[in-house]
Amino acid sequence: MKPAPALAEGFPDLSGMRIAREPHWFRWLSAALIVLVLAAIARAFANGQIEWSYVGRFLTVKVILEGTVNTMVMAVLAMMLGIFLGIVVAIMRLSPNPVLKSVAAGYTWLFRGTPLILQLLLWFNLALVFPTIGIPGLWSARAVDVMTPFLAALLGLGINQGAYTSEVMRAGMLSVDVGQYEAAQAIGMGRLRALRRIVLPQAMRVVIPPLGNEFIGMVKATSLASVIQYPELLHNAENIYYANSRVIELLIVAGLWYLLVVSILTPLQMLLERRFARGTLRPAR
Amino acid sequence: MTKPLVAIRSVSKSFGEFQALKNVSLDVWPGEVMCLIGASGSGKTTLLRCINQLTTIDAGGIWLDGELLGVREHGGRLHRLSEQQIGRQRLKTGMVFQRFNLFPHKTALENITEGPTQVQGRKADEVRAEALELLRRVGLAAKADSYPAQLSGGQQQRVAIARALAMKPMLMLFDEPTSALDPELVGEVLAVMKELAKSGMTMMVVTHELGFAREVADRVVYMDQGAIVEQGRASDVLGAPREERTKAFLSAVI
Repeated sequence: MKPAPALAEGFPDLSGMRIAREPHWFRWLSAALIVLVLAAIARAFANGQIEWSYVGRFLTVKVILEGTVNTMVMAVLAMMLGIFLGIVVAIMRLSPNPVLKSVAAGYTWLFRGTPLILQLLLWFNLALVFPTIGIPGLWSARAVDVMTPFLAALLGLGINQGAYTSEVMRAGMLSVDVGQYEAAQAIGMGRLRALRRIVLPQAMRVVIPPLGNEFIGMVKATSLASVIQYPELLHNAENIYYANSRVIELLIVAGLWYLLVVSILTPLQMLLERRFARGTLRPAR
Repeated sequence: MTKPLVAIRSVSKSFGEFQALKNVSLDVWPGEVMCLIGASGSGKTTLLRCINQLTTIDAGGIWLDGELLGVREHGGRLHRLSEQQIGRQRLKTGMVFQRFNLFPHKTALENITEGPTQVQGRKADEVRAEALELLRRVGLAAKADSYPAQLSGGQQQRVAIARALAMKPMLMLFDEPTSALDPELVGEVLAVMKELAKSGMTMMVVTHELGFAREVADRVVYMDQGAIVEQGRASDVLGAPREERTKAFLSAVI
């Protein structure tokens, strides 16, 4: 065996030399500027016409806490209805049946195309169109008794959400490789079973980040139900300031609770994402 | 007298302007190992997919185990079968795909048990025992709880073969089972297929592995432009081809 050829001169050995820390002047400067701006804003609010003691006092009163609970209950129920409708409509949209396809497209078109607040008002005032509702010969009731603010809010928010969620779900299903449908068919699965067992579980991984987005939107959209007398957070805060005229203080109280509810949702979403990431993380062999 | 397991009669299929199959007829006999060779676009994969009804044919008929596939004759007309009936017919065939198509959210074992438990409605513990035996047969007993992403391409394809075998098919269809594999992983998959051929399974294999065809196939079918050009014993078709097109293809491949 021949010895390795001698290495060329002029290239010194750098081993053992450290990389120096850079001063990062611009980072320090920008951080200082931002702190100054924040301090100015804080000072303005501290000296403004806000009685911070009211914020503290009303933050935990019963009506506000009840409103927060009602907001969360409505957001969860309406989102569940929305996801259920979304999955059904997405499956209809991707079906080979032209009737199901057009019904799904029409649903999305109608409920995405009109303002949510208008839909809520329509549901709430359904009694104006149908004074009594029911199944002929079996059961009937006065619409004003049935269409409570709770039910009107649930239907309005949930059905509207279903139109958006169906598109999220459809995107998720389209993201699953066509080979997965074929492999499912090859072991004798029908379309619906393949969707339920093979395609949807894989679509969920893609769909959870946008659904988290939609759910956060839903928490805040429940505040629109205040216009139909549903006793959610904003509605209750308004009722208090109609009485005591502390408008800004109570809006801040409501805002803090919305922020808290949304902040709790983010770690929950991370847990869900981990659950559906089965098989995609590649541990050491 | 024995009957062919698969009888293909005058089958044609077009994708838009492109005619993938032109009036193809062919028999596959029980226990036979058939290799389909030819350039890409010659129709060999389409023929395989028609037998598994992943592609519907435009004209002609395919009989599997004496049963007409995909349609029913009634009153002088053909009526398409329902999705359930087609699903039931598919259970007679097992398919192995070029890109494996394992279910990524299920372990190797779950991939194999999914069909028998969900589609055939069989008992979970009985299916599990069979699945473990199949994994042992393809040399992956230790990988039962691994997810596909944790397996090499060769290992994934062997799980895919076990998944197809779990449905106890009469016919195994292989669509270029080694084309997506690194060269050093091809051998392990071919070894499993050789063992399967020896066990008497009827197999149709679309492949570019001429060595495998020469060693294992009872019959080699050469296709070009949607038609069967030449067929016969492997030694004849590969060793002494009669048709000019077969000669040209073989000299280009080897």
